[in-house]
Amino acid sequence: MKVSLFITCLADVFYPKVGMNVVEVLRSYGVEVDFPQDQTCCGQPAFNSGYHKEARESARQLIKAFADSPMVVTPSGSCASMIRHYYPDLFKDEPEWKERAIELADKTYEFSEFLVHVLKVEDIEAKFPAHATYHHSCHMSRGLGLKGEPIKLLGQVEDLEMEDLPYCNDCCGFGGTFAAKMSDISEKMVDEKIKNIETTGADVLIGSDMGCLMNIGGRLRRLGKEVRVMHVAEVLAEGGQK
Amino acid sequence: MSAHPLIFNERVDKALADPILKKALPLTQDRLRGGRINAAEQLGNVEEWRELASQIRSHTIANLDSYLEELVTNVRKNGGHVHFAATSDDAVEIITGIAKEKNAKSVVKSKSMVSEEVHINKHLEDMGIKVVESDLGEYIIQLANETPSHLIAPAIHKTREQVREMFSKVAGRQLSDETTELTAFAREKLRQEFLQADIGISGCNFAVAESGSVVLVSNEGNARLTTTVPKVHIAMMGMERIVPTWNELDMVVSMLTRSATGQKISVYVTGINSPRQSEDSDGPEEFHLVILDNGRSNILGTAYQEALNCIRCGACLNVCPVYRHIGGHAYGGVYSGPIGAVLTPLLGGYEEWLELPYASSLCGACSEACPVKIPLHDLLIEHRKDEVEMGLTPFSEKMAFKGFGFATSHPSVYETAVKLAHSGMGFLAKDGVISKGPGMLGGWTDVRDLPQPAKQSFREWWKKEGKGRNQ
Ligand code: SF4
Repeated sequence: MKVSLFITCLADVFYPKVGMNVVEVLRSYGVEVDFPQDQTCCGQPAFNSGYHKEARESARQLIKAFADSPMVVTPSGSCASMIRHYYPDLFKDEPEWKERAIELADKTYEFSEFLVHVLKVEDIEAKFPAHATYHHSCHMSRGLGLKGEPIKLLGQVEDLEMEDLPYCNDCCGFGGTFAAKMSDISEKMVDEKIKNIETTGADVLIGSDMGCLMNIGGRLRRLGKEVRVMHVAEVLAEGGQK
Repeated sequence: MSAHPLIFNERVDKALADPILKKALPLTQDRLRGGRINAAEQLGNVEEWRELASQIRSHTIANLDSYLEELVTNVRKNGGHVHFAATSDDAVEIITGIAKEKNAKSVVKSKSMVSEEVHINKHLEDMGIKVVESDLGEYIIQLANETPSHLIAPAIHKTREQVREMFSKVAGRQLSDETTELTAFAREKLRQEFLQADIGISGCNFAVAESGSVVLVSNEGNARLTTTVPKVHIAMMGMERIVPTWNELDMVVSMLTRSATGQKISVYVTGINSPRQSEDSDGPEEFHLVILDNGRSNILGTAYQEALNCIRCGACLNVCPVYRHIGGHAYGGVYSGPIGAVLTPLLGGYEEWLELPYASSLCGACSEACPVKIPLHDLLIEHRKDEVEMGLTPFSEKMAFKGFGFATSHPSVYETAVKLAHSGMGFLAKDGVISKGPGMLGGWTDVRDLPQPAKQSFREWWKKEGKGRNQ
């Protein structure tokens, strides 16, 4: 099986290790991974801020970059949701591009979604001794309807003890530019999230979106807290090298 | 809608610094959230219900003019008076006109957000008329000289202790914290007001076009008294609060109460068809229905039309994490929370409400909770898009996104930017962490640390090593 990786701008620039881990996990299941170098960003920052002309420019580039890919896998629920839900609408006045947008939307998968629904992985071979909890990012759980998938994968990891996160449906306060634009409100939201994480007693916070994890992780660091923040792919890859 | 004395940021700061708000609001919000979730579970197929409710509302709004006509004809047939108010001022003129004609000295009100929209209390009081709110929450707000901060729980931001103190002051004796004592006091006090009132003003949860009826949903019974004891009853409704027939009413009322508090049905659902008929034992001699437009018809036919589907259940406020922290008053308009952020700029214009569409992390909890499936967070994005297209966003932001559009559509430019990110931001970083950034970055680093961009981006790693290891 062949897939193309859409790394996302955040992981490309700030968290390349997540990308490497995605590649590693996919290859361990015999998937052939390529990385079209012409990919940039899905355009969500512009789209959510109302700059739809600019978002279309990014979107066209991404559509072109993955035109020849049979499937696209991305380690971000949010970017996958951008492509799946908003790309077709973004080109509602350009039928040709709309068709191409739908084609990309149909073949794009979030990482856990791909493992569970396409590869039908039932036998994660990983051991990760830790006490952890999972953050359901909004665009992944609400936008894509993916809640059980990462939990199912993590549930198969040996020695990984998962705790339910109270108020797990509440946003962490990231929201892209919201975190900077309305930083005081965002601060209260992330602090409440951290309070809830702390009540679980977890040492590791796992998630599927580096945006949220950058927000929560950055706040944890600012507050001098020790909780480690990881992407699902990192847990599977690190645990796989047991 | 009138301007709040503070600008948005100041209102937010004030709210975030308010320890009482922090204490009072999340507790009630949790209770209301839980109620809705239980009610949805009991229903089982809640998605089908939402779809149906959404279709009913969309159909009604799409055919609003004919249903309004039917409603008006039937209200008049039943012996009621109907008044159209194009603006808030028109509504005030109509109602103060009735009060003058009746030589009214006192007015008793049951809960109505539309009456808040036109600030009717203030206008009546300016005429020397005593106005008393009879809904418990509204009564508390009136005593505190504030405005409602929630669609269905107007005093959600108040603690029990605050209520006790306010009531004790009116009672002239110290009351206890007991709910029963507090409500008993309010009941006793409000009964007297009902008996004295010349006019009762109510809202209208729904008007049924086929029979010309006004339907009120309440838990306290005060709506009943408001609409039956005084000689004149004025119901105020937004022009969109209509259902075609009693069949649809059944459905939307059920969705309203389930979404609002989690009740299968409210304690009272009152249908008012007409003023007192000869065979009736009670009821007002006159019934007036004031139908308010106030900017609503401008929403028809736009990308925002679905906002008119709203049945004012408050579910979007109850699940909203932004509302949870800033409360209703920070939004500044009559309607708060996600629906307020959508509706207020539509009714009041961007000039005054520029920031409201940004008061959301776009988490989508609101859209998921809305019983009539209004895509609230998408409508907030629509507002942002309109603001951009109207040139209302800051110059620096425009330039930044122009650059973003250019870089993301030119892979070589993008690649260079990625390559330079690590060293380019090096001067800001210490041990790989940026804790104080300039400009937009400053908003981020005010609250949290930012990692320095990685020394080697993913794409560089791929070129050098990643790719080769494929087979
Ligand atoms: S927008 Fe939806 S959830 Fe919010 S108050 Fe209106 S009907 Fe209720």
